Amino acid sequence: MRATGNGALPTPMGGQLLSLLNAFLEFLGNLGLFALRAARRAFLPPFEWRMICQQIDEMGWRSLPIILSSGFAVGLVLTLHTRSTLIRFGAESYIPTVQSLSFFSDIGPLVVGLLIAGRVGAGIGAQLAGMRVNEEIDAIESFSIDSFKLLVVPRILACIMALPLLTVFMDVAGLAGGFLAERISSHISLHLYLNRAFSEVGWGTFIPPTLKTAVFGFIIALVSSWYGYTAKDGSVGVGRAATNSVVTSSLLIIIADVILVKAIFFLFPGSAV
Amino acid sequence: MSGKLVADIAFDKVSKGFNGRDVLSDVSFEIGAGEVLCVMGRSGMGKSVTLKLIIGLLAPESGNISIKGRNIIGMDEDGLSQTRRQMGFLFQSGALFSPVSLGDNLALPLSRFTKKSKEEIDALVETRLGDVGLGKDRYKMPAELSGGMSKRAGLARALVLDPCILLADEPTSGLDRVTASEIDDLLLKLKEKNKTTMVIVTHDIREARLLGDLLAVLDQGRFVAVGRIQELETSENELVRALVSEEGCHAR
Repeated sequence: MRATGNGALPTPMGGQLLSLLNAFLEFLGNLGLFALRAARRAFLPPFEWRMICQQIDEMGWRSLPIILSSGFAVGLVLTLHTRSTLIRFGAESYIPTVQSLSFFSDIGPLVVGLLIAGRVGAGIGAQLAGMRVNEEIDAIESFSIDSFKLLVVPRILACIMALPLLTVFMDVAGLAGGFLAERISSHISLHLYLNRAFSEVGWGTFIPPTLKTAVFGFIIALVSSWYGYTAKDGSVGVGRAATNSVVTSSLLIIIADVILVKAIFFLFPGSAV
Repeated sequence: MSGKLVADIAFDKVSKGFNGRDVLSDVSFEIGAGEVLCVMGRSGMGKSVTLKLIIGLLAPESGNISIKGRNIIGMDEDGLSQTRRQMGFLFQSGALFSPVSLGDNLALPLSRFTKKSKEEIDALVETRLGDVGLGKDRYKMPAELSGGMSKRAGLARALVLDPCILLADEPTSGLDRVTASEIDDLLLKLKEKNKTTMVIVTHDIREARLLGDLLAVLDQGRFVAVGRIQELETSENELVRALVSEEGCHAR
């Protein structure tokens, strides 16, 4: 045990904090090595196109119902809340603009990231952990087939590709929900709603935030694959992998969002509206 | 064991442990080409670990493992890959690759490691599944199969590349007598016609008597007895006698 600055030994709580920090750094190191391994394997043949398509179907197409329904609901609720605030300042004509800007710049990407972390992250973690526990990964390796390349790389690539596409659907559904709320409240026409919604939206407001979800996809698939691929302890390990996948990837998505928003403001000053 | 110049499988003072517990300690044995070694012992004594060490899924803490005269310890990825292609592994649960169909489970190694056309692969998959009585189930997903079917499918997959060494982890455990004897017949055919070298982990002395040239009893990380079954019946070791006798088998 190391002495602290004033010569005293760390308190039990200090020791726990140190070991937590140690475990966190070890986790980040392992995750980094895992990511490097994935990056290296992604560019080496054979390319697992079939598995990639299967995963895009699983992560993208099958996530569409939850994305569309959530987007619609969030859009509707957001408009109701915004309306009650803006109406006090006589600025209700800005509701579609506020709606589209908030959805395109952060709400859409972030909600997609968190929803997919829950649906897909848990799925990847549990699926890979199940394969590890049932010796499926050993069986693949026994044929000298690279299990990492067959199972992990396609999931990461599919998740990177699927999230920006799902974000577009989330944005559209959010606008649809917002329009419905506005239509009921103020009988606004679709044409006028869209005109106002897109009046302040440029490519810089839409493209970078949408593409940042590729980073969220990378985080979700990487973290979940790591927990699943390295799972131990039978069915308990499967449950643990699923839970840890969701919790850790959600946390890292929120941290990454803060960093990426700052980076986007720096690289695309026009998007900082 | 065999006394042949180059053994198909040779362990030289191999040790392996997990979490500070020794599972195998200084284990040495040799199996000649075409020989069948049956491994028996109580659960958790390292029988499955022995199979995984042979195919290189686990690395020993010390000692050497040679397959057809080549030491696989420290071998590069290509060398290990070539060595593994000479072996087939039947896992205890079948361990079929769950995201793809039964047919694709067999087609996967064929499409990776042979230059066969799609039609040839399809035909071979059909034949292999037919051999284990699953000819009509090639489009089923692994989750749709019963335990016995999974095990038979696992055997078909283990044999799909025509390996000269077969490692089987309890090939008939949990199966009904009819299915178990069908699998035993298939293994016997492999032994007699193809002269396949086999290491079979089993708890069934009848299976060991039918298939095994040699029987090894693993206990406390060591082979406490290795030899022909008839020789082991008179062993001084009580565990060996209990495992080898039919009565012991029934009593369990």
